[in-house]
Amino acid sequence: MNYVVLGAGPAGVTAAETLRSLDKASSITIINGEDEPQPYSRMAIPYYIYGKIDEHGTYLRQTPGHYEKLGITYKVGRCGGIDPAAHKVYLTGGEALSYDKLLIATGASPIIPRMPGSNLTGVHTCWTLNDAREILKHADKGSPVVLVGAGFIGSIILEALYLRGCKITIVEYAPRMVARMMDETAGGMLGRWCKAKGVDVRVSTKVEGIHEGSDAPGAKLTVELSDGTTVPAALVVLAVGVRSNTGFLVGTGIATNVGITVDQHLQTTAPDIYAAGDCCEGVDLSTGKPDMLAIQPVAVEHGRLAALNMAGHSTPHRGSLNMNVLDTMGLISSSFGLWQGTPLGKTARLIDEDGFKYLKLEFEGDKLVGAQCVGMTDHVGMLRGLIQSGFHLGNWRDRLLAAPERLREAYIDVMQSRPGFGPSAPHTNTPIAKSA
Amino acid sequence: MLRALVIDPGKCTGCKQCEMACSFVKEGEFNVSKSRIRVFDFHTEARFVPYTCTQCAEAWCQQACPVNAITTNADGVKVVHENLCVGCKVCTIACPFGTVNYNASTGKVIKCDLCLGSPACAEACPTGAITFKDTEQAGFDKMKVWATQAAHATSTQGPNTPAAKG
Repeated sequence: MNYVVLGAGPAGVTAAETLRSLDKASSITIINGEDEPQPYSRMAIPYYIYGKIDEHGTYLRQTPGHYEKLGITYKVGRCGGIDPAAHKVYLTGGEALSYDKLLIATGASPIIPRMPGSNLTGVHTCWTLNDAREILKHADKGSPVVLVGAGFIGSIILEALYLRGCKITIVEYAPRMVARMMDETAGGMLGRWCKAKGVDVRVSTKVEGIHEGSDAPGAKLTVELSDGTTVPAALVVLAVGVRSNTGFLVGTGIATNVGITVDQHLQTTAPDIYAAGDCCEGVDLSTGKPDMLAIQPVAVEHGRLAALNMAGHSTPHRGSLNMNVLDTMGLISSSFGLWQGTPLGKTARLIDEDGFKYLKLEFEGDKLVGAQCVGMTDHVGMLRGLIQSGFHLGNWRDRLLAAPERLREAYIDVMQSRPGFGPSAPHTNTPIAKSA
Repeated sequence: MLRALVIDPGKCTGCKQCEMACSFVKEGEFNVSKSRIRVFDFHTEARFVPYTCTQCAEAWCQQACPVNAITTNADGVKVVHENLCVGCKVCTIACPFGTVNYNASTGKVIKCDLCLGSPACAEACPTGAITFKDTEQAGFDKMKVWATQAAHATSTQGPNTPAAKG
């Protein structure tokens, strides 16, 4: 068997490793569309930008010779097209590779907003390691920086640039920060926190354009905003969202929507071709519907599952849970599942505006289906545990509606009240505590 | 032979010496907020439940780590490598048990590593609520229990179904 994996992000690398664990003999080739010595993690880029790690620290796998040891061929090249009938992948240099099973894990690319000046020197996206190297050339201590977009990625870059000592203005079209990750209360807290740290936060504001030249010290660019003001910048970082990389599939007959369409086995509409990670629309566990969830844990899940299916171990996907965690200059927030709530569901809230603490739980019946928190990190994974397992909370639903801070108690009680089952069961093959 | 922490909440009196021992051994200070093991206190029932990482075979934290900073050692223990951890906290939301926590003072995550062979919590426990035993002796089969759990609460068919061993 000859496996080819297009894309060397977490989905591609996990798939290649999983294939090898299932099949010692087959040929496995992983192709990175970026010219880098090793597959790396985009998640690590902010930490590289502020110097917590070097480039090596961004690598997805840290053991020297990892891929060679596993007999995985690592190659750099960009895919120019696929011929599903001939079972061939064409790289842009003209090279053709044959495959028996192909995984498309080509990820996503940042959206470049249509506006004057988005191609100027000093205007960058922050998505690849190479973007980060470019950003470092302009992001000195005290440099004025304009961040376009205060979504998850914009906010995570914000922290990195803040820690480098840049003077930051963040511009967001939506009425709050992280509008697709958290509600008004949480977004408002983040905004106030950032302002208190000296960041100029402009929400409900659009960037009209960027032009060269500025009178301000250290600035080379001027950013024009929809409120009529201008902001000087040495660097403009565009972070308005990402889009699945599917352009090279035009004409192949492989169905795409927002991302590549996949079935429950992560197979595309073409035989022997699978897709995983940001480039495809896997099932969202919360809705049961296909969606492009561009997050690391989903990429890993997809990669592992696609590989199982490719190797002949039929494993349908139940769906992935959407979740995010964000550190905004020391204020840590997270959201899980249906954090927006559901029409017939009930909501528990704990709000401490002055203390920058917030916990919101969303229930459907007696199950937890979504959650958000700000300023709370201890045992936060329990939220995922309750949502993903779909355990019935019974009486605890009403107790949590009255006192959401009792979440950890509820988790332990619910998990341990089912003898032998529950994620805490392996932990307690001991007398199970009786529930009240 | 693999050994594991066996926790019997029925014997726990809530003295929290396990938390003190853990934070002292791991952090050099008596600061229970940094303990890897926590005792949950059910006030109205006078019931206490010590709780920490199960070193689960699934290792959701390990799979979610973007920089390979969590690995499994020869004893099956999931260990965080401080030099590699970037502090992204994805493992803290990925672990469905909530047993990987962020330590703001180091900017890294912390989790139980069974003290790499002689857990301080078990040594400190005065009532035998926390013991460290051979997994076979304890009848402890994580994979089997997980499968049972999956069959009852979720599906065995899922993203985190254990992969067939190669």
